[in-house]
Amino acid sequence: MGVLPEPIEELLESALVGELTVVDPTGGLVTHPLIPLYDGELIYLTSSVLFSKKLEHIKANPKVSLSISDPVAVKVEPFRRATIQGDAVVDDSDLHSGWEERVLPLWRKKEPAIDFFLAKRVALPLFFERGIIEIRPRRAFLWEDGRTDRAPQVFELAEAVH
Amino acid sequence: MKPSPELLAGLGDRFEHAIIAFMDDDGYPLSVATDFRADAERGVVTLRAVAGDEVQPPEDEQVNVVFSHIRPQPGIGYDERRYVSLWGKLQRADGELVLSPERVLQWDEQEMPFFEFSERGVPQARRYFEALSAETGREVRPKLAFGWLFLRATRLPFLSATFVPVLLGIAVAALRGGFSWWLALLTVVGGASIHLGINVMNDVFDTRSGADAANVNPTQFSGGSRVIHYGLVGMRSMVLLAAAFYAVGIGIGVLLAALRGWDLLWIGVAGALIGVFYTAPPLRLVHRGLGEVAVAVGFGPIMALGAYFVQARHYALEPLLASIPVAILIALILYVNEVPDRPGDALAGKRTLPVRFSKETIVRGYEASVVLTFALIAVFAISGLTARPTLLALLAAPLALPVRRALWESYDQPYALMPAMGKNIQLHLVTGLLLIVGYVIAIVADHALSNPPFFLS
Repeated sequence: MGVLPEPIEELLESALVGELTVVDPTGGLVTHPLIPLYDGELIYLTSSVLFSKKLEHIKANPKVSLSISDPVAVKVEPFRRATIQGDAVVDDSDLHSGWEERVLPLWRKKEPAIDFFLAKRVALPLFFERGIIEIRPRRAFLWEDGRTDRAPQVFELAEAVH
Repeated sequence: MKPSPELLAGLGDRFEHAIIAFMDDDGYPLSVATDFRADAERGVVTLRAVAGDEVQPPEDEQVNVVFSHIRPQPGIGYDERRYVSLWGKLQRADGELVLSPERVLQWDEQEMPFFEFSERGVPQARRYFEALSAETGREVRPKLAFGWLFLRATRLPFLSATFVPVLLGIAVAALRGGFSWWLALLTVVGGASIHLGINVMNDVFDTRSGADAANVNPTQFSGGSRVIHYGLVGMRSMVLLAAAFYAVGIGIGVLLAALRGWDLLWIGVAGALIGVFYTAPPLRLVHRGLGEVAVAVGFGPIMALGAYFVQARHYALEPLLASIPVAILIALILYVNEVPDRPGDALAGKRTLPVRFSKETIVRGYEASVVLTFALIAVFAISGLTARPTLLALLAAPLALPVRRALWESYDQPYALMPAMGKNIQLHLVTGLLLIVGYVIAIVADHALSNPPFFLS
């Protein structure tokens, strides 16, 4: 068992997409659909340098929110939804292969087709130059039946994590 | 930009849920999913209110509402990727939340293919590398394994354009009395070196002219190698690489001329001039709609005649005639590959034929050129101007049909054209190989039979 409640861990392990919200330099919010990965302690997302504004935003303001709520891209029974707030760090020390070493095994487990695309790296070289976003969860919200018109369970995680 | 009524009207059909993202009291973003319905006439999106004090979106403050959809496809990944991001203020009305969107950002892979979406991100990628280099105090640039990088930078698979005419010229010479393995090998290496030099130099000039940056629809077959544009290789390295290929090619050419006759230099000089001025100023042949002619001459008669001369020590009509169908087909490769490039080419002032003429004219031109190609093969072979077994090459003609169909049906869809571009390359390769096979049959018959029948000569 990891740092998050089990129903949320199941969501993270199943979700093909999560919506990451970051803060831009004006204080506005920008939300990006990304594939979330989880190792029991941190949540990982990766971003190609082609779409790297979010990496710049996180470097300037690490506060983020991740929603796992898509009824099509999340296959858990019973369906539920969660939001995780946290502090993010960007690891762009090795854009070329750092993400392969650190998160590819998690990615492959969730989406085996990644190997097929990675084999065609020569066709889209910049797409596979990727920064890693590591989110340390701070607080989580869980809607057991997915209905957000009912109040969520709230989990304060900051103390547990640190 | 405000979202259009059409965009709002379509939200309900395209998305299953919405996510409201707002700033909480601790200064963290907070995102909550909910149901929605859009009212295009009023220009608003009504969101079901969420419950719980900790997750209440604020009124009269900017929030971000996102609609996202992706369809998992087990085993192959996913498709139907799309999202719409709206910004605006929320108001409460009748127990619901009403968003009046002021700004929109969106992507739908059915409207903008993923490759184009990615290509439009290249300037951001370059900025990121520059910022990271400044931050770390060392140059950070994208990488690719050496073998892949070499293949990409030189566009190695396109070497078939050289192998076909060179081997054809050698085959004609072999039938008419002259053949040396090591001279053939040197000719192939020399021709390939010049070709690779042209490819690399072409990328240098396309980057300098802005054609690479302006083209957001490159494909596997068109749009150049883009290694400079992507930052994978520096401009200087590419210039040096081109110079190295030219040096090898010219060195072999001079050696062959010294060994076999200085008249070879005429062909060599003509080929080099066409290669350099294909994209280089002041001629910039491809910018003037003369790219097809330049490529046809360079990768048809020049290569075939040069290869023939090396073996036979003289020029002749037959290799020239045999190479004309190959010349037309190689020009058609460029011609079709320029179709998806035309918006970028037009922006960079590269006035290729597809930039200059309408779809109707371009497709009709393709059809006429293919018919001419196979008619010439038949006429030359039947009349005995080329070896009669080269009639075999007519078998390749059906390969042009899917290309023609795709041009009519997918002229404005670069990625839908990709299979046709591949088929068009096959058309050149298979036709060329069958012409060569035709000559090999004639050579075998000539050696095996004392008096070969006319259809084998």
